[in-house]
Amino acid sequence: MLDTSQSFKENAAGAMANAGLQKALARAKPQFHAKRAYAVAAMPEFEQLRDEAKAIKDHTLSHLDHYLERYEAAVLASGGHVHWCKTAEDARATILKICRDAGAQTVTKGKSMVSEEIGLNEYLERHQVTPVETDLGEYILQLRNEPPSHIIGPAFHLNREDWEESFRKAHTDLPADRVFHERRDILTEARIKLREKFLAADVGITGANFLIAETGSSVIVTNEGNGDLTQTLPRIHIALATIEKIVPTIEDCLSLLRVLARSATGQDMSVYTTFSTGGRRPGDLDGPQEYHVVLLDNGRSNMVGTEFQDMLRCIKCSACMNHCPVYGAVGGHAYGSVYPGPMGSVLTPMLVGVEQAGLLPNASTFCGKCESVCPVKIPLTGLMRHWREREFERHLTPQTMRTGLGLWAFFAKRPALYRVATRLAMAAMGLIGRKRGSFSSLPLAGGWTKGRDMPAPEGETFFARYARSQRS
Amino acid sequence: MSDKAAILGAIRRGLRRGPLPADQMAMLDSRTAAHPRHIIPARGQLPPAGRVALFMKYIERDYGSSARLPDMAAIPAAIAAYLAGQNLPAALAYAPHPDFLALDWSTAPMLRIRAGEAIGSDMVALQRGFAGIAETGTLMLPSGSTTPTTLNLLADTAIVVIQAREIVGFYEEAFDLLRQAGPMPRNVMLVTGPSRSADIEQTLELGAHGPRQLHVLIIGDEEATRQAA
Ligand code: SF4
Repeated sequence: MLDTSQSFKENAAGAMANAGLQKALARAKPQFHAKRAYAVAAMPEFEQLRDEAKAIKDHTLSHLDHYLERYEAAVLASGGHVHWCKTAEDARATILKICRDAGAQTVTKGKSMVSEEIGLNEYLERHQVTPVETDLGEYILQLRNEPPSHIIGPAFHLNREDWEESFRKAHTDLPADRVFHERRDILTEARIKLREKFLAADVGITGANFLIAETGSSVIVTNEGNGDLTQTLPRIHIALATIEKIVPTIEDCLSLLRVLARSATGQDMSVYTTFSTGGRRPGDLDGPQEYHVVLLDNGRSNMVGTEFQDMLRCIKCSACMNHCPVYGAVGGHAYGSVYPGPMGSVLTPMLVGVEQAGLLPNASTFCGKCESVCPVKIPLTGLMRHWREREFERHLTPQTMRTGLGLWAFFAKRPALYRVATRLAMAAMGLIGRKRGSFSSLPLAGGWTKGRDMPAPEGETFFARYARSQRS
Repeated sequence: MSDKAAILGAIRRGLRRGPLPADQMAMLDSRTAAHPRHIIPARGQLPPAGRVALFMKYIERDYGSSARLPDMAAIPAAIAAYLAGQNLPAALAYAPHPDFLALDWSTAPMLRIRAGEAIGSDMVALQRGFAGIAETGTLMLPSGSTTPTTLNLLADTAIVVIQAREIVGFYEEAFDLLRQAGPMPRNVMLVTGPSRSADIEQTLELGAHGPRQLHVLIIGDEEATRQAA
């Protein structure tokens, strides 16, 4: 996917002005918070479970080489194949080769952020293999040619009208004047359309939430059941997973599952949690004949042993973005990278380089909410600070921004002062800029306003607006 | 250098060591062989009677339904009545499991039945579950020659049979029973309620790609609950 993380500021301004997106955000935010809070309150051991989840991941990461080798041996013993891939290009080529060897025309896909990370769909299309996304949210994004805006609710930025419009455009074999009375009708249409695809596909590609060294299993977690149809119906199942998904045993996996769904959707358990181990066994009436794991590194092994190793504990639950005030204000697309929100701000510079994504770790108020909800206790704000320091040291920051940052840091360390100062500045800027509605130049931001106008603040700071929205 | 060697090499460089010495490997392997349990939430640690009640409560909460039957022989009539009550067609694909093959299906003469895996047009499927897990109202459905996976997925309505004594308190107990039963099956599904999606405006709708309805038949009583080792 195109990485526009360099343009975070412009993207963010656009997002704030996007009425449809703001409607979606306003709808989603309270739900994200309430659901997790409810699930956590119903589990008195939740804090202990978080400590344990962190400990399991830390143990695995300090012996990652060992567990990867044990995992590979277990997959081979169960009749599966493991393909080690250092780079995104290696993984794409490996998957294409499996598809070609199988003579595959279409592949169905379960939801996989790693597939987004390596730009798999575009690649397959370029090589005459048609990928079909089957997660409902991913499906509509594929129809609209849009990237996901959230790691587990990829289309949450869309409203019902968008769904109806896209379905009318795409499903031209259905009567043009059909009426979608309820959301259910949209769902039913997708179900019927995708059923055909599931039954026709030659290869099914899923991600994996966990890989278990003990048994050689890949584990997927879904609510729709699309991942299961993807890995059960086609002749070949490919699980695409990154190296840090390894856990030693089933018990380790179960402990992580206890915090995953609660942190993600506020469910005690997602509807389908499925362990796949090898291909069809003698006597089996269904299931794939071949089972392949594409085991991808793509920069992660370089994080081991550095201050960013903590980030490899991430189980992609999305709690950090669901509770992030910046994400809540601008949504996922503004980050311009596959992984948005706090976890993305730490991970993206690692994947695409700090030169590309240097602004992302600044997309934070450092309020600390993200790490207070992270089920594996990743010190997200600390890691964002590390990036900022690195970026600063490398002098990648434009001179004006470095000066500005120093000033900003002074105020940011003194929150009360910061609020007063920004409120004053906003009010002043609001007065000056009100006539035109925008500024063509701003102190400390010359590099930014050169090519574009900054919209004039509407007289309220983010914090003030945030506080107001929390009260209402 | 192969990708595998490059990845393992980079990890070891990061960890500032070479391959693990044999004694440390042995320690890690014994941890895996013993697969120790971590914290088990109190709510799953229950006597047998409590397990069935909690299991049923959580199935209901997650938009499924359940009913208790005295014995396996009651299954055909119970299914016929359930399908009629739901206005569903009296036809189903069922798992070729000894428990179902032994049933006298003529007690429900209106039912059209077929043993085997599910196909795309099946409206109702009957599966034999391996375990129920009270902790979250979750079914454990392993694949095998008598329990094809498609029965869990393709039909609009999934019916699963489980014996009361097969309902355990928490996940780890179910997996210990599975380990005792043999090698890890190709596919093990943990199913909690019917399929759903909240992708359209964060509003929950049932029946995304899998079953819209999940009905669990619980057979017998829990007194003879089997024990996990
Ligand atoms: S960083 Fe933590 S909260 Fe964010 S997605 Fe990863 S595990 Fe979840």
